[in-house]
Amino acid sequence: MRDVAVISFVQSAVARDFEHNEVEMLVPTLHAAIAESGIAKNDLGFVCSGSLDYLQGGPFAFVSGLDAVGCWPPMRESHVEMDSAWALYEAWVAIQTGEVDSALVYGFGKSSPGDLHEMMTLQYDPYYVAPLWPSMVDVAALQARAYLEASGRDEEEFAEVAARAQRNGRSNPYAVRAGDVSAKDVLAQPRTHDPLRDADIAPITDGTAAVVLAAGDLARSVCERPAWIRGIEHRIEAHGLGVRDLATSESTKLAATAAGVANGRVDIAELHAQFSHEELMLAEALGLNGSTTINPSGGPLASNPVMSAGLIRIGEVARRITSGDAQRGVAHATSGPCLQQNLVCVLEGDS
Amino acid sequence: MAEPLVEPHVLDYPGGYTRSVGPVIGRFLTGLRDGRIEAVRLADGRVLVPPTEYDPSTSAPVAADGAHWIEVGPRGTVQTFTWVAQPRAGKHGLTKPFAFALIRPDGADTALLHMVDCASADGIRVGSRVAPRWRAERTGHITDIEAWIPLGDGEEPEPAPLHVPAEEEQPVTGITSPSRLEYRLTAGQATARYLEGLGEGKIIGGRAPSSSDVYAASRGTDPITGDATSIEVEVQDSGVITTFCVVNIPGLSELAPEVPFVSAQILLDGANNTFFGLIRGADVDEVHMGMRVKAKWADELKPDHTSILWWEPSGEPDEEYDRYKDYL
Repeated sequence: MRDVAVISFVQSAVARDFEHNEVEMLVPTLHAAIAESGIAKNDLGFVCSGSLDYLQGGPFAFVSGLDAVGCWPPMRESHVEMDSAWALYEAWVAIQTGEVDSALVYGFGKSSPGDLHEMMTLQYDPYYVAPLWPSMVDVAALQARAYLEASGRDEEEFAEVAARAQRNGRSNPYAVRAGDVSAKDVLAQPRTHDPLRDADIAPITDGTAAVVLAAGDLARSVCERPAWIRGIEHRIEAHGLGVRDLATSESTKLAATAAGVANGRVDIAELHAQFSHEELMLAEALGLNGSTTINPSGGPLASNPVMSAGLIRIGEVARRITSGDAQRGVAHATSGPCLQQNLVCVLEGDS
Repeated sequence: MAEPLVEPHVLDYPGGYTRSVGPVIGRFLTGLRDGRIEAVRLADGRVLVPPTEYDPSTSAPVAADGAHWIEVGPRGTVQTFTWVAQPRAGKHGLTKPFAFALIRPDGADTALLHMVDCASADGIRVGSRVAPRWRAERTGHITDIEAWIPLGDGEEPEPAPLHVPAEEEQPVTGITSPSRLEYRLTAGQATARYLEGLGEGKIIGGRAPSSSDVYAASRGTDPITGDATSIEVEVQDSGVITTFCVVNIPGLSELAPEVPFVSAQILLDGANNTFFGLIRGADVDEVHMGMRVKAKWADELKPDHTSILWWEPSGEPDEEYDRYKDYL
């Protein structure tokens, strides 16, 4: 395996961007990430993005997204219709082939123009589930209750997760929901999607993220303290919600084992938990204990730019390693309903 | 700064999205039409409902016929649920509050997702016993069960109203499902300025400070460098046809003229990209590469594409090939 590191990370997020289209929103993020990497744009070996056509209500979002990269002379390029954490996985694989030594990875999307929760219904089984139109939050609430029943946890623990996300969000300039909130404050709110409350549900967010990856000596030459990817894996479960045990995340457990999460101390973890119960389930599946700081950024409950939020988890861990605030951390990204597919990435700084 | 331009947009499949269902799902849906819930027993003995074409654990194929097909339910048990206080108009089958639930029919080892129609959120819990409320008119669709309803102790489920087969009725092979999403889209700064320009009888483009190239109808970036086209530049409403096509197919859109007509790429004077337009005012046989054209503006200008009706020959001499060869 080649050593590959995150050497640059930039994000943007607002609750609703009325002013810019997706391409205009993406330009400053990409330019800043490339500048921060120390590698000239035309020297980047590979470009890979994650976006979702349904967010913009038309086909080929990624083609217009490339206008923000500026791809002349023509580049090696690819795209995933998934969170851009999976674009990072593809870029990591491309670097492993030895064909390229660096890659630009980015995600973008605006959740605010449409009804995100309703839109996500279209990712379900189209014969048995989608015609009934359960929203993304409805199916998450089914999982939340299944987890409450099986784990013996209670809604107060959900509320503690939700409140901590908003408190941590206060130090994150990209948080769209932050404040000095307690679990008691959250519990005082009505359940909007029983057993979930609004604070348990990630806020609608428009935004972008970009990461530059580089291999071995190139990474060392441009970055004082690269955040090395020590392990990265993803696993997926069955499509049918009724055939899975919704109370656990088996795919996260398998990905965590394969990525080597338990091979060292985990200082921080950034988890792509769009609902309070998901953070609890993921922490269990990853085998995290009290010594790990979870979602110091506030996580998706503070800022959730769809298609970028998973990549941001990797970036948030990487930048804390690069800054020296952490030595080793775990980033997680998810895709599909009820944590169907999960990606786990272990990052570490030179000791 | 101008007001942000935000417009409604609908992504719709009129009449619904049509899908072929294949023999396994087709058999399950045919069962619903007949008022039965059919399941399959997998190799490991587990009973799977609703059935899929493959074993969800091993991916082994599931045959559409055979003794592994069994009937389950109609009674079932709620595994988990959530309350929908505000049903979505045009999406949800019930107009009053209901529960979404995973329901395990008796005799099955897996659950199906469906609606439970009960009076209030207090009327359902994990473990509640429920039974289907069948529609009288059934077509072979998951909504042939209108909803599940709570079943009291010792209470018998309502049987499905008899399905009277149409003449020469066949097994279900497809479904149609409505799909409609509504948006409020933001044009963005560059597109908004371009559209405003059309309302003023101007074609507004932009260029990036790093380049002299001007893009008419810019999306906000120079696509070569990715730099923002932050400098506004007005281009001319005249140009040269770089390439064109004669359309002979009628009815492509409500806005299309009578066939045959010509659509062309036009290199506008002052721009470094081509612009799409309809060509009128010349016989289709006369239209050619290098022909000079100018915009025919509508009498009433609006900030949208209707302001330019079409492009017509200007009568100027043709352009040399060298003028437009880099734009083909």
